Amino acid sequence: MAAPKASLHLVAPVWNGGTRGISGLSRVVAPEGNQKKGRSLLQFLADRFYDVEALRDHLLRKRVSKVHQKNRFQGREWIRPNQRGHFSLDFLKLQAVPVEAVDASGCAINYQGLDSLLALKELQSLWLQRCPHVDDWCLSRLHPLASSLQELSLAGCPRVSERGLACLHHLWNLRRLDISDLPAVSSPGLTRILVEEMLPSCEVLGADWAQDLKLGPEEQPRDTAGPTPA
Amino acid sequence: MLRRTLLLGLGRGPLGRGLGTHRGGSILDRDGKMSEIKKKIRSILPGGDWNPLYDTSYLPPESSDVVIVGGGVLGLSVAYWLKKLEKPRGAIRVLVVERDHTYSRASTVLSVGGIRQQFSVPENVQLSLFSIDFLRNINEYLAVADDPPLDIQFNPSGYLLLASEKGAAIMENNVKVQRQEGAKVCLMSPEQLRNKFPWINTEGVALASYGMEHEGWFDPWCLLQGLRRKVQSMGVLFCRGEVTRFVSSSNLMKTASGEEVNLKRIHEVHVKIDQSLEYQPVECAIVINAAGAWSGQVAELAGIGKGPPGTLQGTKLPVELRKRYVYLWHCPQGPGLETPFVIDPSGTYFRREGLGHNYLGGCSPTEEEEPDPGNLEVDHDFFQDRVWPPLAQRVPAFETLKVRSAWAGYYDYNTFDQNGVVGPHPLVINMYFATGFSGHGLQQAPAVGRAVAEMVLEGHFQTINLSSFLFSRFYSGEKVQEHNII
Repeated sequence: MAAPKASLHLVAPVWNGGTRGISGLSRVVAPEGNQKKGRSLLQFLADRFYDVEALRDHLLRKRVSKVHQKNRFQGREWIRPNQRGHFSLDFLKLQAVPVEAVDASGCAINYQGLDSLLALKELQSLWLQRCPHVDDWCLSRLHPLASSLQELSLAGCPRVSERGLACLHHLWNLRRLDISDLPAVSSPGLTRILVEEMLPSCEVLGADWAQDLKLGPEEQPRDTAGPTPA
Repeated sequence: MLRRTLLLGLGRGPLGRGLGTHRGGSILDRDGKMSEIKKKIRSILPGGDWNPLYDTSYLPPESSDVVIVGGGVLGLSVAYWLKKLEKPRGAIRVLVVERDHTYSRASTVLSVGGIRQQFSVPENVQLSLFSIDFLRNINEYLAVADDPPLDIQFNPSGYLLLASEKGAAIMENNVKVQRQEGAKVCLMSPEQLRNKFPWINTEGVALASYGMEHEGWFDPWCLLQGLRRKVQSMGVLFCRGEVTRFVSSSNLMKTASGEEVNLKRIHEVHVKIDQSLEYQPVECAIVINAAGAWSGQVAELAGIGKGPPGTLQGTKLPVELRKRYVYLWHCPQGPGLETPFVIDPSGTYFRREGLGHNYLGGCSPTEEEEPDPGNLEVDHDFFQDRVWPPLAQRVPAFETLKVRSAWAGYYDYNTFDQNGVVGPHPLVINMYFATGFSGHGLQQAPAVGRAVAEMVLEGHFQTINLSSFLFSRFYSGEKVQEHNII
C-alpha cells in the first residue's frame, strides 16, 4: 500500500510546552513493564544527581527523535526553524510533497516576496498576521491561489484597507477569513458586513458590526453645562 | 559672518544664559531683522530676482531651458522625468506655466481615476503597465524629505469589459495582445459572469474580459499633489500665467533629396499674467505642449496648421475639447464590494465609490450628441436618456437609484485616432507634444512623461517605443486606432 501523500506545515518556532523537562517527557512516553526495575534505579539516581538527570534527559530525547524519524508524515507536520532560525536541510528531500499551509505571521514579506507563495498551487491555509509590508497591492496578487485557498488570516496588518479586501472575492474557495484588528480600515463593522456579503460561504472573523453604530439622540450623554449668559 | 563674530565676542552675555539657547536664533536676530537683511543682500547680488522699483516675484524667469505649457498630470510628469533623467544634476532649468492654480477645469482632477491595461494598441498596454508600477512604488519615486508618504487610495478591483456578439472577436484579439505584453486579463463566458457577479444581466453579452491585477482606480488629486511637491523640491519653477505668443524664427533648409523645408524654432514664450495686461517674454530652448484639452489652441499659436491644407505645414494638431459628464448615484440594493469598473458594450460605464453603495458612472456621447464645450455645466437629461436605461438593463438593481451629484470635465480628444500625440513636431523642431490621450491620459501619464523626457534628453525613445504616436502620422494618415475608448 502506497503511503498517502502527506502534507507539511511551515511555521515559525513555537515552544512546545508539552514535552518540557523530564516530567513532561515521562507523560508522553508510556513506561513499559520490563524496563520498570532499571528505570526505577535510574529514577532514584536521577532524583539525587543532576548529572544522571541530564543523562536521562539526553537518552530520552534521542529515543523520541528516532521515533519521529520513523513516523514522519503520518499526520501533518510543521517544519520549524531551529533555535538559530535556520531550517534543517532535510526538507529539501521533500520537494514532491505539496505545501498546504504557510504561517508567515510577523514576517517582512512584501509584494515581490509573494512570488514564492503564489507558486504553491495546493496551498490551503495562509496566515499573514501582523505582516508590516502586506498591503492592498499584495492582496490583489492572491488570485492564483483561488482554487485551493481555504483559510486566510490578515489580522493586525497595518497597511491593509477595505480597498484591498474588495479583491478577495476572487478566492471563492475561502472558508475562513480573519480580518480583525486592521487599523487602516476606515469602518471595520461596515467592512465586515460587506465582506460577508461578498463571500457568502466564508466565515469572516472581524470587528463587531455594532462597533460602528453611533449612539442615538436619546442615548447621547446630556451636557448639563450650557453657555453661561452674558 | 558678521553675526558669528559678534556672537563669539559677546559670549555668554548679560542674559546669563547661552546665546545659542535663545529660541529661533541669536540675540541680534530677535526681531527677524538680520535674516531679512541677509535675504535682501542675497537677492541684490547677481542671480537674484530683485528689482529695485517693484516686486516681480510673480513673474516667470527671463529665461528657461524648457518651458512646459500646462501644469496637469502630464506636464508635471514630464517635468519630473526631465529632472530625474538629466545629467548632470541641476543642469536644466524647467518652468511649468499653468494658468489655473486651483485646477478647476483641469482634466486630471475631474477624472474618474481609473487605470487599466485593456487596450487594443500594444504601446498603450506597455504605458499602462509602467504607470501602475510607478503608482505602486510611488513613495519611492516621489519621496520628499520630511513630508508624509502619499496614499493614492488605489482600489485594485479591476476592469470588466463586456462585449456583444459583434465585438467578441475583437475582444479576443485584444486580450491576446494584452497578455503578450504582460497584462493579467482573463476571458469569461456569460455563464461564468453570472456565477461571479450575480447582479449582472448577461443578456446581449457574448464575452467579457476581466483584469485580475494591476487595474482599478485611484485618487488623481493625490498623484497631482505628489508630483507637484516632488518637482518643486527638485527645483522646477512654477508660474501662474497663460501662454499667449510664441516668437520663433524660420530657416529655409534643403533636405537630402533637394526639397525645401521651412523649419521653425521657438525662441521666446510670452507668458501673460492672470488678470493683468502684463506679460513676460521667457527665452527658451524647448517647449513642451502639455496643455491637455487646450493643446490645439497652443499649437496654433506656434503656427502649426497654418498652411495650405494637405501639406505638412497645413496639418493641424487634431486635439479638441470634448465635454464629458460624470454622475454619482446611490443605490442601496446595488452591487457590493466586489464591483469592478464595468464597461457596457453600449459605452456606458460605472464603478463603485466608497463603502456606502455609491457609484460613479457615465457614458460617452456619440458625435452627433456632443455637448457644447464652452462651459462645464451638467446636463441631467443626458443621464435620464442616455446613461440610465443601459445601466438599468445591465444591472437590474440600478432601476431604483438616486443621483446624488454630477460634474463635467474635458477630454483632450484626438479626433484623428483617439490616441496620444508624443514627440517633436517635424517642422517646429523644438515643440514636443504630450497630449491628446482622449480620456486615458491620467493612467498613462508617468510613462508618457518618461518617454518625452527621453526624447528631449537623448533624442529617441529608450524604454517604450512610441514612434507610432508621433505627430507625423496626422500627415501620412496612418491611424493608430484605439478601440477600447470609453
